Amino acid sequence: MDLQEFVKDFANQFDDTDASEIKGDTVFQDLDEWSSLTTLAVIAMAKTQYGKTVSGKEIRSCETVEDLFNLVVSK
Amino acid sequence: MDSAQNNLFCLSGKSILVTGASSGIGKAIAVLCSKMGAVVYVTARNEERLKETMSLLEGAGHKMFLADLTKAEDREKLVNELPLLDGIVQNAGVGSRVLCKNINESDLDFVFNPNLKAPILLQTLLLQQKKVSKGASIVFTASRAANSPSVGNAVYSASKGALISYAKCLGLELAPRKIRVNCICPGMVQTGIIEKSGLDDDVMLELQKKYPLQRCGTSEDIANLAVYLLSDASSWMTGSCIDITGGGEGILI
Repeated sequence: MDLQEFVKDFANQFDDTDASEIKGDTVFQDLDEWSSLTTLAVIAMAKTQYGKTVSGKEIRSCETVEDLFNLVVSK
Repeated sequence: MDSAQNNLFCLSGKSILVTGASSGIGKAIAVLCSKMGAVVYVTARNEERLKETMSLLEGAGHKMFLADLTKAEDREKLVNELPLLDGIVQNAGVGSRVLCKNINESDLDFVFNPNLKAPILLQTLLLQQKKVSKGASIVFTASRAANSPSVGNAVYSASKGALISYAKCLGLELAPRKIRVNCICPGMVQTGIIEKSGLDDDVMLELQKKYPLQRCGTSEDIANLAVYLLSDASSWMTGSCIDITGGGEGILI
């Protein structure tokens, strides 16, 4: 699994946030568009694109996108 | 700015997809959308009939796409070719009349695939490919049948009930982007779907008398409501199911 790819996939879960705003060190929960809906989208992304199961609680425990990547990798 | 551009009920500058546009309600919606200034993208399975719809559209820039929306490859091809949409009319569907004691798996597939699975999966794709603009309006053609039982209509009614439930959840999920989702629930409308589902003309004539307004609906009656829901005049409407019935609630047959 590649961080760059993951960041791209993660950014794709947003509709109104430009992909250029999202990098490995982005504190994603501070993004305007971050919400319970995007959490669900990320859970679905982990499942369908990476075959991994992560919970909302685990996602919220992450600070940066790279933390999230490491979480998914660890599964 | 001319008065048409000031009119909230107009669709000028909007790109609108209409499924099931080759006949009945879908055809009337496509035609009226074009008259109200929209660029219309029409899709259906039958080439000859879809071309006829195209020939009736006013204005320029409209496109037609032949597609069987129950097929994944057709949905993908369609969505890839579509531009960013301001309006989506999920209208394609079929009818059938089967008694509960006779329903088999193929009856369910025949109705549920086009009436429920196809619109849901098409919507998924439109969202994933980011083809739905902020503030867009999505309209589903449901039916009074969802809440009003009639003999032999169990499968059809269930498919429309499920579609309405789906649409309400969709509306909730898209609300943060100001995308509105509403359903139209027509009473009996005279279209090919009725004849194909096995209701005879004389039954239809009897039926009309039960409607307070003494007639069945026309496709144009329904198109008028669809255009309202697609327009900015309905900016505060989402998650609604609107009955349009000639007053005939609960007396479908």
